[in-house]
Amino acid sequence: MIETADVVIVGAGIVGACCAHLLQREGLRVLVVESGVIAGGATGSGMGHIVVMDDNPPEYALTLYSQQLWNRLLPELPAPVEYDACGTIWVAADEEEMRGVHSKFASYTMRGVRADILDSRQIAEAEPALREGLAGGLLVRDDSVIYAPCAASWFLQGASVRRARAVSVAAEGVRLDDGSMLACGAVVCAAGAKTAELFPQLDVRPRKGHLAITDRYPGFARHQLVELGYLKSAHGHTTESVAFNVQPRRTGQVLIGSSRQYGVDSTSIDRPLLRRMLQRAIEYMPRLATLSILRTWTGFRPSTPDNMPAIGLSPAHANVWFATGHEGLGITTSLGTAHLLVDLMAHRTPRIDASPFAPERLWRDA
Amino acid sequence: MPEKFLIRINGTGFQAARGMTVAAAVLMAGVACFRRSVSGEPRAPLCGMGICMECRVTIDGVPHSRACQTLCAPGMEIRTDA
Repeated sequence: MIETADVVIVGAGIVGACCAHLLQREGLRVLVVESGVIAGGATGSGMGHIVVMDDNPPEYALTLYSQQLWNRLLPELPAPVEYDACGTIWVAADEEEMRGVHSKFASYTMRGVRADILDSRQIAEAEPALREGLAGGLLVRDDSVIYAPCAASWFLQGASVRRARAVSVAAEGVRLDDGSMLACGAVVCAAGAKTAELFPQLDVRPRKGHLAITDRYPGFARHQLVELGYLKSAHGHTTESVAFNVQPRRTGQVLIGSSRQYGVDSTSIDRPLLRRMLQRAIEYMPRLATLSILRTWTGFRPSTPDNMPAIGLSPAHANVWFATGHEGLGITTSLGTAHLLVDLMAHRTPRIDASPFAPERLWRDA
Repeated sequence: MPEKFLIRINGTGFQAARGMTVAAAVLMAGVACFRRSVSGEPRAPLCGMGICMECRVTIDGVPHSRACQTLCAPGMEIRTDA
């Protein structure tokens, strides 16, 4: 018997889960195909930081739209989602970065994002574990932290999830590795860093990251702390980079990032890079060196050449839609992505301009 | 280091001896709960050799220090969970 659904979603990460949730609300029969475990990719290995990023206009529009959707929804989500409205502090090391704080403040407040400039004394009071002598920072109040795998599971409530690998997509549906065929009207590819396994033409590449988590030290960090130079690491395309990015968890644990690496397939820990990442964090928070780390791990972000996701119709198929390539912003932008995609699929005008995310800009003839 | 010296366990003075671990001192002081688990259950030394992490206490302000792997020193301040 051939299974049928209105929409087959490939990938049960946070993006696929949000798409499943909204498509079901449209009254469609949705089937999610996942080759691993739910939220087992970047969703499960990342930090779960919901953050507005103003680096370029499309990214700003998508992260802000998405953050507002999250903030309406999050108080309703169950306790295991570990929602923490801790806010972000962008940390400025020197006066040059402080100028960056002022321009970021202007850019945020212009769009109604609540932000406060902290001077040297104020940032020390806000985060006593930061080193002395920092120039200041920017507190962005509505950013938050979640435990994303539990959010993904919540979005997938009531959806059918099929444990199989999708091996090909044709006009009539999706072929699985066990030989069966899922007949459907439309396919949504939300396969993240594994997108190329199914669609090698779409330029989405894995970008490896490392994280470390400490034992419980309640109050050690109070906000998500990110160095202002983070974007140089996130949006630069050097082979390897690290940036100071530290997050308090509701448990009192401290999550320490971040690293970025292209062209690495192995999931194993790169010790020299991990050391650089931790040293960078210790430069900003010297007492981190006295904390016990419980676990270190790696994961892969789905990155694109222009650092923007692919959201929309495939340029080569009549019924294949993409919602992938979110790099390190997949948790933040998942909800906005799903709303955007569902509006496009339903021929409604999305709330924000979808054209910068059109998949054809990433399409290469194989 | 003197043969006998004073340390403090949860604010109370305790006469420790050279070579005594913090775990031994805390037990001899009659403190049964070294720390509380995530769900609030009492914990105390299990393996005694630094592996199980059950004996963690705060030593001189450093949380999550292993009591069984730390020797007492004069003036040491030890805090356990209540």
